[in-house]
Amino acid sequence: MQNSDILILNDQNLPPDLGLPPAEDIDAELLDNETMGDRIKTMLRKNKLAAASFVVIVLMCLAAAFAPFLTPYEPNKTSLKDRLAPPSREHILGCDELGRDHFTRLLYGTRVSVMIGLFPTSVAMIIGTVLGLFAGFYGGKIDFVIMRLADVVLAFPSLLLAMVVSYTLKGGIISIFLALAAVKWARTARVIRAQTLSMKEKEFVEAARSLGVKKSTIMFRHILPNCLPNLIVLLTLNIPESILDEASLSFLGIGAQPPSTSWGLMVFRCKPFLFEYPWLAIAPGVAILVFVLAFNFLGDGVRDALDPYLKD
Amino acid sequence: MMTNLAAGRAADRIMDMAADTAAEAQEMLAITDLKTHFFTQKGVVPAVDGVSIRIPEKQVMGIVGESGCGKSVTAMSILQLVSRPGRIVGGSIMLDGEELVGKSVKEMRNIRGNKVSVIFQEPMTSLNPVYTVGRQVSEAITVHRQVGKQEARQQVVEMFKAVGIPEAERRFNSFPHQLSGGLRQRVMIAMAMVCQPKLMIADEPTTALDVTIEAQILHLMRRLEEKSNTSIMLITHNMGVVAEICDFVYVMYAGKVMEQAPVFELFDHTKHPYTKGLLNSIPKPTEEKQRLYNIKGMVPNLLRLPKGCRFSPRCEYAMPECREREPELYDCGKNHKVRCFLYQKDQGGGADE
Amino acid sequence: MARYIIKRILVAFPVLIAVSLILFVLLNVVPGDPVTVMMREHIKPELIEVFRERMGLNDPILVQFGRYMVNALRGDFGMSYKLQRDVSAMIREAFPHTIKLAIYAALVAWIIGIPAGILSAVKQNTLVDRAFMSFSLMGVSLPVFWAGLLMQYLFAFKLGWLPVTGYYSPRYYILPAIVLGWQSAGTIARLTRSNLLEVMKNDYIRTARAKGLGETVVVVGHALKNAMLPVVTMMAMQVAGLLGGAVMTESIFGIPGLGRITVDAMGTRDMPLLQGSVLFITAIIIIGNMVADLLYAFLDPRIRVE
Repeated sequence: MQNSDILILNDQNLPPDLGLPPAEDIDAELLDNETMGDRIKTMLRKNKLAAASFVVIVLMCLAAAFAPFLTPYEPNKTSLKDRLAPPSREHILGCDELGRDHFTRLLYGTRVSVMIGLFPTSVAMIIGTVLGLFAGFYGGKIDFVIMRLADVVLAFPSLLLAMVVSYTLKGGIISIFLALAAVKWARTARVIRAQTLSMKEKEFVEAARSLGVKKSTIMFRHILPNCLPNLIVLLTLNIPESILDEASLSFLGIGAQPPSTSWGLMVFRCKPFLFEYPWLAIAPGVAILVFVLAFNFLGDGVRDALDPYLKD
Repeated sequence: MMTNLAAGRAADRIMDMAADTAAEAQEMLAITDLKTHFFTQKGVVPAVDGVSIRIPEKQVMGIVGESGCGKSVTAMSILQLVSRPGRIVGGSIMLDGEELVGKSVKEMRNIRGNKVSVIFQEPMTSLNPVYTVGRQVSEAITVHRQVGKQEARQQVVEMFKAVGIPEAERRFNSFPHQLSGGLRQRVMIAMAMVCQPKLMIADEPTTALDVTIEAQILHLMRRLEEKSNTSIMLITHNMGVVAEICDFVYVMYAGKVMEQAPVFELFDHTKHPYTKGLLNSIPKPTEEKQRLYNIKGMVPNLLRLPKGCRFSPRCEYAMPECREREPELYDCGKNHKVRCFLYQKDQGGGADE
Repeated sequence: MARYIIKRILVAFPVLIAVSLILFVLLNVVPGDPVTVMMREHIKPELIEVFRERMGLNDPILVQFGRYMVNALRGDFGMSYKLQRDVSAMIREAFPHTIKLAIYAALVAWIIGIPAGILSAVKQNTLVDRAFMSFSLMGVSLPVFWAGLLMQYLFAFKLGWLPVTGYYSPRYYILPAIVLGWQSAGTIARLTRSNLLEVMKNDYIRTARAKGLGETVVVVGHALKNAMLPVVTMMAMQVAGLLGGAVMTESIFGIPGLGRITVDAMGTRDMPLLQGSVLFITAIIIIGNMVADLLYAFLDPRIRVE
């Protein structure tokens, strides 16, 4: 790649004495007037995998929204003659044990995953953000109580706690919503608290304080916007996790309940036919993998792009 | 100007100064027109832009300049440890008659720590926290010499004693965090000297230390240099340190040498406006109250170097010519060279002020 | 060091109590009354009241909790409603299966994850790096239950290399261990990579290079030990986390471990069994995390040697 008469040095990672940041950070350094949006756009242009993932996510969300227009079948319409029908022109992925079109159910299942990805995650993050802000800003007893509570929640394996909460609430989509929200707020609270603590020491917050700006204004107008990169990064971690957790809970039979469709539930219901009709159990799993992987690839890219904002 | 600081050393140094000119033949290090550039996303940064430096045997040579002027990159270029995206794009580095530029990775490895060693600025972070200091220094021996563990240990303890580490035997098994900053720097010096290198590069060795420790460390370096055959290349931004220990000084600015002279010549007949600025910005014990001088402006962004002389935007004496073309290094005699149009006329002659 | 250990244990203890309390409350507010579950709803209301009183179910929840904890510490988790067996005996039977699975899975995770992480870091931004990191992201994105089914289909059913379900010899644990370990392998690989890259920026790495050490010695001898400190903690924590993950894997591969018990107890709404097993798993995890922290302290001379 390099000119052969130019000597390429083999040892890297030594910070040079320049008016510039250490060399390996140059890629990670902000250019003048670069916003978060710009950086994410640049990342999408360069990172093909992330861009493709973004497209996949958008397509799958569209599929969820327009499911009725993409398939001639009803998701819950049973048809005895089509029981366990193999894939054919009419039924791309065949039919399940009740003769329902598998592809149609997969499409509708996307709705559950998209909703699970968005709602409980958002609720958990809003709760976590508010608690984190309060804990960091007020300190003292409030901080102690909130943070110990977060410690306790984080001490659980999240799936197990979600299982117990979901069990207590007797299953169903709503209980999954609540279970995931109850589990996921803690990490957000911790990150936002740390960010708030460092922001509290910044000059502009000190200045606002000395001017007598209301505490709530300082918290939500001055500190919160500076937590945005952290929140975006947390979102990229939480969404795929929530989707996977929902699938797992539904697979265990304590999540989505029939007749509603969820990918995890579909795998569970098709498990007994694994050896004779493998596509039934495999297809929803592929859907989960693709959707979650797309979120993770995109998230990975976003984390890289926002890295300079997360440094302090 | 700074003679009072260095007065104690004056007498024995005059002899050396006379020897300086004669010693050109036995250069320990000769860097010629070295160019080390960094290829960043935003463009090429000429961190070292045609630097020539010579260090005779058994001398302490200082490189002075503000941070970002290319001092450390020059030093790292000698070891070929410049970090990516930087690389040497031209010039030559002769160590004791041996060309280093173009050497293979393996050959360079044999030189590092063996013929050329380094002491870094931060003794706190330059030692690996998970290994004992003794182990880290022995490693410098065992990698270059065929010696057993026990013998290496013996040598390290000897070296620890030589650099003034008390209870050397016991300290061998200490972890870095158990030592003070001064002791850690002594460990670094021990590590650098243990293979009796031809050249020791000291990159701001005392910047992180407090003043009393600084004096001790400088004294130690001077003593080691006198006892061994090692030349020292001292990188600093501190003119006081230069006066304390150096024989010859190069003043660097934005990747180029601006002035070079034997230490007393430089202090007594400062020529370049930048050097004057540097000297004026140290507090003087003789004057009661004064505002410290500071050089206006900042080190230029190397991506957008000004036209003409690199220092011209900050220079009090800048003339129209300075903004047009770059001055060369003009020889003012007495081994004194200056890159400034003010001294163009002095070329070749012995310019007295 | 001693102080650190004591402090860490003192911190773990209240967390353990709080976690138990939360679990207890969550499981005891379930509308399905244990007595009704037990008696299959064919019983007179007066009798239910008698049973409730006798079982102490009418006491305040904190009293119930205290009683439960005291008994639990004595190794008495009560009787399973459905199976009429001693819960602690059932846990004792199940635990070895789970720990075996967790250890096998951890071995898979380490053997794959650590070298992959090191290689990715050393070859940063090359094809190797990207391939490994994509692979590890895939591990993280994989629905464990589905991966399990897929492997059963492929390696057990189609190829016939390995048994489908069971727990009779180590062969039976190969598939579940891979399924369970892959996810952790991804996490470990990413953590190893990012730590190693971070450590490589340190001054002492420059010192090591300046000494004339080769890149291999620099990476393996100087960077790795520092980089591995957090990874070791992570690994210890993951053995604990794998216990939790075993819930899924066990029910797919028919291993009668703690996870299987938990899922079954959930299905039959067998409260004492569910409570006992969940509490036990959680306690193991919290203790595991504590051990991980202590391990860190032991490995890092900055904490070990004061």
